[in-house]
Amino acid sequence: MTDTSLPTETGDDQARPALPSGWAGVVSDYSSDQRTFKNVNWGKAMMWVFLLSDTFIFGTFLLAYMNARMSTKVAWPNSSEVFALHIGGVELPLLLIAIMTFVLISSSGTMVLAVNYGYRRDRKMTALFMLITAVLGASFVGMQVFEWSKLIEEGVRPWGNPMGAPQFGAIFFMITGFHGTHVTIGVIFLLIYTRKTWRGDFDTERRGYFTSQKSKYESIEIMGLYWHFVDLVWVFIFAFFYLW
Amino acid sequence: MDEANIRASKDIPPAEVADVELYHAKSFWTKYVFSQDAKVIAIQYSGTAAAIGFVALVLSWLMRLQLGFPGLADFITIEAYYQFVTIHGMIMVVYLLTAVFLGGFGNYLIPLMVGARDMVFPYINMLSFWFYFLAVVLLVVSFFVPGGPTGAGWTLYPPQAILSGTPGGSGAGIIMMLLSLIVFIIGFTMGGLNYVVTVLQGRARGMTLMRLPLSVWGIFTASVMALLAFPALLVASVMMLFDRLLGTSFFMPTLIEMGEQLSYGGGSPIMFQHLFWFFGHPEVYIVALPAFGIVSDLLSTHARKTIFGYRMMVWAIIGIGGLSFIVWAHHMYVSGMNPYFGFFFATTTLIIAVPTAIKVYNWVLTLWRGDIHLTIPMLFSLAFIVTFVNGGLTGLFLGNVVVDVPLSDTMFVVAHFHMVMGVAPLMVIFGAIYHWYPNVTGRMLDEAMGKWHFWVTFVGSYLIFFPMHYVGLVGVPRRYPELGDSAFIPDSVQMLNSFISLAAFAVGFAQLLFIYNVITSLRRGKIAEKNPWRATTLEWQTPDMPPTHGNWGDELPVVYRWPYDYSVPGAAEDFIAQNDPGPQPAGETKT
Repeated sequence: MTDTSLPTETGDDQARPALPSGWAGVVSDYSSDQRTFKNVNWGKAMMWVFLLSDTFIFGTFLLAYMNARMSTKVAWPNSSEVFALHIGGVELPLLLIAIMTFVLISSSGTMVLAVNYGYRRDRKMTALFMLITAVLGASFVGMQVFEWSKLIEEGVRPWGNPMGAPQFGAIFFMITGFHGTHVTIGVIFLLIYTRKTWRGDFDTERRGYFTSQKSKYESIEIMGLYWHFVDLVWVFIFAFFYLW
Repeated sequence: MDEANIRASKDIPPAEVADVELYHAKSFWTKYVFSQDAKVIAIQYSGTAAAIGFVALVLSWLMRLQLGFPGLADFITIEAYYQFVTIHGMIMVVYLLTAVFLGGFGNYLIPLMVGARDMVFPYINMLSFWFYFLAVVLLVVSFFVPGGPTGAGWTLYPPQAILSGTPGGSGAGIIMMLLSLIVFIIGFTMGGLNYVVTVLQGRARGMTLMRLPLSVWGIFTASVMALLAFPALLVASVMMLFDRLLGTSFFMPTLIEMGEQLSYGGGSPIMFQHLFWFFGHPEVYIVALPAFGIVSDLLSTHARKTIFGYRMMVWAIIGIGGLSFIVWAHHMYVSGMNPYFGFFFATTTLIIAVPTAIKVYNWVLTLWRGDIHLTIPMLFSLAFIVTFVNGGLTGLFLGNVVVDVPLSDTMFVVAHFHMVMGVAPLMVIFGAIYHWYPNVTGRMLDEAMGKWHFWVTFVGSYLIFFPMHYVGLVGVPRRYPELGDSAFIPDSVQMLNSFISLAAFAVGFAQLLFIYNVITSLRRGKIAEKNPWRATTLEWQTPDMPPTHGNWGDELPVVYRWPYDYSVPGAAEDFIAQNDPGPQPAGETKT
């Protein structure tokens, strides 16, 4: 045990147990009384743990994709051609995906504002920015539907495609579909929470229909965590599918 | 945290969080069926797991009937035998052991032992059970679909798992199996989040992490591991489901079946094996760590002695948990992967023996010069140490590539994993049920029946699995319904097989006796004292016994010491409860 030599108010070193330093100090901090993460409410802690687990799901999906792409004997389709848009006779590679990415990243910005207004207990602005986030999220899903239907029109199927390795379509639909499901679930919850915010549930601590727990503004921050995570995952999917 | 502070302290920081508001059920349905009380959910989990576990027990009888007395039961066709093997394994590993340890003991013990009123998210906890229930229903339904359940082996290796040559492969069997697994994982995730967050954020005043009973440490670490390992199984299940339903080729290479080339091509079966075992090996420790934790508490309580090396036990649990994520490919030595991988994975596998050995030494040293009471929980705990060491030693054989290659896919492997992750954790489950039954029901289990149950199970398990090592060493492959006229198999094998089968029937009947005991003791069992084992941990210190909804009455407990204050010199009794402030200076009152 090392001397932390903090002057105590009473001047009596026996009054307060000395704090361990180094690794022992780290352990003692994290194993401390009642809560491991101070000032983190239960819901937030749960969302972080869930996101850690979800990271493993997406990570496994992406590893499976890399494995398939590197071990396939048929050439992988050229992503800048597959994902190009023909507008006015000009081929614009990655245009749609650039817009989609821009929209989704912007929605993270509006979510941050919603969380900020939530902290200030500003009911109307919180609801407004949640709604904008939901709209941006929904338009992302809409563009994804457009992209899917375009690829399906061009003959891309889960079991094969005219451009190259059959795993391309399978993995593309699976991973973007899984991510799109996350976004859709997020949009649904954003709308539910917009309504709750607008109605003033968080101000009146109205009880949840299913859980009978009091509604709190903290939920918005937890919603934000999920939303940012979905965005972050998209950055990886974008990098691995469209830029590789 | 230094040793003295772990053991006992007088200064307890003030409450950081306000006491929770409990959900109070109003009707029969919300109180007993869609209950949000972790204790009721624990019973629901355990009951469902026991029911489906009984199915797996019957399946093992049928398999032993075929192996011990081939041709006696002609309804056991080769296909049926494969289905029995598969479903028996799947139920035992996932739907019984995982569900009982995490869903059952986790739900019951975590809130009580950390001094919480309930899990942090009771509603999600309730959903967790119902998802598990749905998963079990899907599994049972797969028996009644055309073609029957899948017969691919519990590892479900592609490509055979979804081809027509495998029972259930071209029917709905494999689809039901994969759907059931996906539902199980969703359900477990909801429960697992609860277990982890309750331990991290929902503890009583004074309950630091380094004062948690080892049971909670084991269940907590296993829950964290499960949250990180099940994703790999989820992904593998989803991909295989797509291979089967949509015709994708994630795991399917170019294949010719019945002279016709299938539409699959270009996939990698090895990738499935990697994904499966990235889940599968941590899964072994997801089952083992709660057993390690619980047995530590049982040994300490029933030997009236401080656990030896508490902090080393905690670090060993964490170390085993971490290491178990980098050993998975030792299940794949014969899969044709790069030999250097074998070198790496053999090394990490053998390194795991170090923290595991620390734990075994510490259990034995806990017993050393202890006041050993040969109660039934203690008997089962002792049996656990023996069977676990036994199974662990054969694990050293199988962890080495050169020894594993000839032993791979023989009955030796079957004997090894049954010993180490079948019998050993089950011993702890039984011991734990005898230990905590009074806490759940207020009555003791019948001791005479318990002794019969213990001796038949313990001795019987050895009679089953000890000869099985020999059967495997002479080269009998696993998953073969009959041996035929293979020249290299001596006649003694058939005799041993019959012997093993008889022992298996006896052990199975002992479990029926146990179930009878559990049911009849509900009404006829001896009324338990308030703290019948004179244990220190919080679940025995509740104002009501058995604990009621909310666990602690009006006031939450305050924890002054670690959970292993047994036979403290100078203390009035041979144990000091965790919420006992101990001898106080004059003027202070006991909480």
